[in-house]
Amino acid sequence: MRDFVSSRARDIPPSGIRKFFDLLLSMEDVITLGVGEPDFNTPWTVSEAGIYAIEQGHTSYTSNKGLLLLRQLISRDIGKRFGVDYDPEGEILVTSGVSEGLDIALRAIIDPGDEVLVAQPCYVAYAPCATLAGGVSVPVPCDERHHFRLQPDILMERITNKSKALVMNFPNNPTGAVMQKSHLKEIGDIVIDHDLLLISDEVYSALTYEGSHTAIASLEGLRERTITLNGFSKAYSMTGWRVGYLCAPPSLCEAALKIHQYVMLCAPIMAQMAAIEALRNGEEDKNRMVREYLLRRNLFVEGLNRIGLPCHTPEGAFYAFPSVEKTGLDDITFAERLLAEQHVAVVPGSVFGGAGAGYLRCAYAVSREHLIEALKRMEAFIHGL
Amino acid sequence: MDEKDRILLQVLEENARIPLHEIAAMAQLSESEVEERIRELEKKKIIRKFTTVIDWERAGDGEVSAIIDLKVTPERDYGYDRIAERIARFRQVKSLRLMSGVYDLQLHVSAKNMHEIARFVSEQIAPIDHIRETATHIIMKTYKENGNLFYEREEGERLPLTF
Ligand SMILES: Cc1ncc(COP(=O)(O)O)c(C=O)c1O
Repeated sequence: MRDFVSSRARDIPPSGIRKFFDLLLSMEDVITLGVGEPDFNTPWTVSEAGIYAIEQGHTSYTSNKGLLLLRQLISRDIGKRFGVDYDPEGEILVTSGVSEGLDIALRAIIDPGDEVLVAQPCYVAYAPCATLAGGVSVPVPCDERHHFRLQPDILMERITNKSKALVMNFPNNPTGAVMQKSHLKEIGDIVIDHDLLLISDEVYSALTYEGSHTAIASLEGLRERTITLNGFSKAYSMTGWRVGYLCAPPSLCEAALKIHQYVMLCAPIMAQMAAIEALRNGEEDKNRMVREYLLRRNLFVEGLNRIGLPCHTPEGAFYAFPSVEKTGLDDITFAERLLAEQHVAVVPGSVFGGAGAGYLRCAYAVSREHLIEALKRMEAFIHGL
Repeated sequence: MDEKDRILLQVLEENARIPLHEIAAMAQLSESEVEERIRELEKKKIIRKFTTVIDWERAGDGEVSAIIDLKVTPERDYGYDRIAERIARFRQVKSLRLMSGVYDLQLHVSAKNMHEIARFVSEQIAPIDHIRETATHIIMKTYKENGNLFYEREEGERLPLTF
């Protein structure tokens, strides 16, 4: 029999954490800081709306673009929060999470061989999705000296005449870095100068602790060359519902819609109806969760610095990204031994690209009690080195 | 009251025994600043008391609790205050509120058994001047108290490692 797996599928590198996963499942009393999703239940009012939708028999497809009411509420929400104006009719597309949005955005813009600049360290999906779309991903490293923000000069170095797009994600997974308006402006100028398209994954926008989030599409001259991805997973603790959205000028939105209608058809209707409830009545629950993340961040980052794992203050998302350099171990060895010896799971930074080597991603979307216990165990581990 | 005070109050309300250095880290204050602020909040009576939420049922010493609604004729010059303050002094009354709606005062009462509640209502409360009507509702089961759920729930399982 032939090997039916395509070379494209074969060439996608395997998950960097498979080994950890297997080890972890074989152990008891593990505290895991390795989970990239909220630990809160979906606010009950939102879940209830989803249940009610099913009870009422709302179990069909929706329009490909998503329910009009949801698109209108999204338009109002991002208008109010970010000062960007997107037409619910032709510029907003409801997707099955940012994951799908990312895939169709890349497929909508990539021709074979196009280079996609990817700010790293970053979410693991960007490079494989760019490859699957036929593009070539080009990492642009962000370093701790610059608080893991994308630096204009480093970006410039990586631009070639094949560069088509820049993918970035702030607040960032895994570093927690945030780009303020002034930082975004500098990047925006380069994007415009080199006639690039921008894909901005702003799924953590609600989780911004210092000041408020700036949507890069709100900057002058960028709206027409930006695809913004956002969703409900992180802000409203709705990861399992699979609902997000893509905002882009009409021609780009239309291109993404064409792909979406064939690969997804539509996002689940009950999830869309739950998302409507989130936008109508979820604000307070969202704020309560964001506040709790902030307290956990303060508690955890102070603890990391105290026990000898220097950590810049993450201004957004729910990840701390401490350096292990001083321990003399590399991030993978550190994470493996920490799990084996002290039963604390973290993700080695190098999983998120070369720029993440020497760091650990610790998700603080766990209870404060667990954070404190994790710190104790990490301290004991470092002590024993 | 500023944002830091709010953080203090929130974490203390959840757990009055939280170690000082944890509060300090969360509010980004020094430990002595936290102590100073707590003293100040106590002085202002914003913090009324440090207490413990107990499930007496589970402890095996469950008392019987009831909600008692009262219709009260308000007094000239005093409204409901004098009667309410009088009722509030009874040991059995755990909370007392003035309500809008059909009834005026609402009491949360606990006692050893049903019999004691019945006696309390008929002998101590009902005869008070200005009380026109009482309605006693026995609490059968508590599901949530002060924001704390009293029943076990299956938690959704998150995968232990995700990106
Ligand atoms: C940066 C980033 N983008 C996208 C996603 C996926 O989001 P969604 O649940 O909306 O597909 C995640 C999830 O971890 C993420 O961290």
